[in-house]
Amino acid sequence: MTSELVIRDLHVAVNDGEKAVLKGVNMTIRQGEVHALMGPNGSGKSTLSYAIMGHPHYTITSGDILLDGESILELEPNERARRGLFLAFQYPVAVPGVSMANFLRTAVSNIRGYTDQPAPAAEGRSGVVGSNLMPMREFRKEMLDKMDEFHVDRDFAKRYLNEGFSGGEKKRVEILQMAMLQPKIAIMDETDSGLDIDALRVVSDGVNKLAGPGLGIMLITHYQRILNYVRPDFVHVFYNGRVVMSGGPELAHELEQKGYQWVKDQFGANGEQ
Amino acid sequence: MATASDREALSGVKEEYQYGFSMPEEYVFKARKGLNHEVIDQISDMKNEPDWMREFRHRSLDIFLAKPMPTWGADLSEIDFDDIYYYIKPVEKQGKSWDDIPDSIKDTFDRLGIPEAERNFLAGVGAQYESEVVYHSLQEQWTKLGVVFLDTDTALREHEDVFKEYFGSVIPPADNKFAALNSAVWSGGSYVYVPKGVHVDIPLQAYFRINAQNMGQFERTLIIVEEGASMHYVEGCTAPIYASDSLHSAVVEIIVKKDGRCRYSTIQNWSNNVYNLVTKRATTEAGATMEWIDANLGSKVTMKYPAVYMLGPKAHGEILSIAFAGRGQTLDAGGKVVHGAPNTSSKILSKSISKNGGRASYRGLLKVAKGATGSKSTVVCDALLLDDGSRSDTYPYIEIDEQDVQVGHEASVSKVNEEQIFYLMSRGLSEEEAAGMIVSGFIEPMVKELPMEYAVEMNRLIQLQMEGSIG
Repeated sequence: MTSELVIRDLHVAVNDGEKAVLKGVNMTIRQGEVHALMGPNGSGKSTLSYAIMGHPHYTITSGDILLDGESILELEPNERARRGLFLAFQYPVAVPGVSMANFLRTAVSNIRGYTDQPAPAAEGRSGVVGSNLMPMREFRKEMLDKMDEFHVDRDFAKRYLNEGFSGGEKKRVEILQMAMLQPKIAIMDETDSGLDIDALRVVSDGVNKLAGPGLGIMLITHYQRILNYVRPDFVHVFYNGRVVMSGGPELAHELEQKGYQWVKDQFGANGEQ
Repeated sequence: MATASDREALSGVKEEYQYGFSMPEEYVFKARKGLNHEVIDQISDMKNEPDWMREFRHRSLDIFLAKPMPTWGADLSEIDFDDIYYYIKPVEKQGKSWDDIPDSIKDTFDRLGIPEAERNFLAGVGAQYESEVVYHSLQEQWTKLGVVFLDTDTALREHEDVFKEYFGSVIPPADNKFAALNSAVWSGGSYVYVPKGVHVDIPLQAYFRINAQNMGQFERTLIIVEEGASMHYVEGCTAPIYASDSLHSAVVEIIVKKDGRCRYSTIQNWSNNVYNLVTKRATTEAGATMEWIDANLGSKVTMKYPAVYMLGPKAHGEILSIAFAGRGQTLDAGGKVVHGAPNTSSKILSKSISKNGGRASYRGLLKVAKGATGSKSTVVCDALLLDDGSRSDTYPYIEIDEQDVQVGHEASVSKVNEEQIFYLMSRGLSEEEAAGMIVSGFIEPMVKELPMEYAVEMNRLIQLQMEGSIG
């Protein structure tokens, strides 16, 4: 069965509930599809990605998010991840003192269900903490293979998660995590921001490697340039808290030529309502 | 006052004692509760100690009785000194059966992955033959090198001359009320002597010496590292120490001679009824290094400030301290460095974690004496709060009597960062797991200094401590 993420008339406010950020978003992403979501700064693109993943600061005031027909609004972020959602962060946070390898093994073990098994132990007692993770040897091999494939230096396994990583390194590590966690639907929030041209190419190659029948991607971007490397099936223009235009790849080029002012001129009045 | 039956029991003890210290298991001696000079005499008689030690104990008791309770730090007003047994013969502890150990403790052993032999030891059950074998083969190697590693009581009997020279020289009984108490009633602990130029590669672990009575309430440890020698001593373990005794008051004295190195690592996880009031201090001569790694979890109250007195030029002292306080716990920990000679250097790194209303504080003293020119010191204390009801305080005392010094002090208090939690949860970790991972990362700079197996257990322990702490 092909998985699909359906965003239905989604209205979202920041936590105090006063300021509406999303004002009726509709969108469907299926496994195997690449969607580009383009829009000017402040249009609510990142809010959409956080709302999909379940960030506690955002309140869904109306509408729904469905994964394979079931609402995920009541699910914690980790439960959403286990159902096959992934968010590649625009600004991945550093977790000092936690090695990439340790973090990734814990994450993979959760996503793949290893942690559902009780830890092996004597009868009637609970097992050793952490003994129900993915076997170390197996995990290590997979991680190192994926690191090579996605151009992440093997030394990063020992480094603390995102600490002191350059912008490009952080984004590559996000791609690596995505490769390890094998989501069905991935939201990639401004994965191209802050990258020089070489880094952009490496990251785009990574996205292209991962794209395929098993993965649906929502690529959120401000600029058209990543679309020179990653070819979307659908392009959506996001403005003032909702999708205002949808089309094929040609829409991205039109936007590139005419600029966001074109969108503002067309939808500015509407959007303010 | 001793009752007639108490006296009767005790007189029997004295008689039986002449047959040797190593008594069959049915032999059980428990001094009566409370403390006075009579109890001191009983302890000294039981141990068949030299007169100078007996006098030392009596003198210490007078100091203990005369000194007021400390009025700073944690609340100690609930300690009832009359309701404590000051000496329990170790066979009684070993006489416990595995069935007597509460399930919660057994479960924790399982979850920490503590090996069978070790958990018996920790629970105070039975003898540990497997470990004894390990210990004996190590003991042979050490003996060849001239290293002495014994329980303190045996060391007093077998190495009295060196013992007498150093015992009480770093921490005199008058140092503080609890050092005086320990001096009066001490029993067990470790004695280590490393001769000149000898490097002991394998960490000396109190665990190896498990058949000896090293788990007492009033342990006394004395370590002498001779010129150019080095060693690493490890005490404690991550498993909760199941103590029915409510007061633990140890003294650790360390002497590091010229160019010697000593590292002393501790992980302590007392059950939550224990007052853990420990005095630890080392002196370092010229060019010598002393490092304390001190991790404290559990207990009702912990007050512990490992100290390094740098007495010779270019001596170096380092203190890494972790305190993790949960519900109903007060952990007042930190360190003390005293620069008493030129070009000495020191570093204090303190990490405290508070959750569920616990209170973990840093208390430290940095002192630079007149004449300690060119000395350098860095103090960094970081606190992590896991919820709003928890508390952390920092009390950095700095006394500098010299102009030409470099001193740095940094302190930070942070709450577990929501964005970190969200990031980790978005990767499939539960909220508890995410918080546990952040805490493990927070103390990683210290944990990585521990021997591997301790580091692994320490991380498991943090995960365990985090269970049930969210929501």
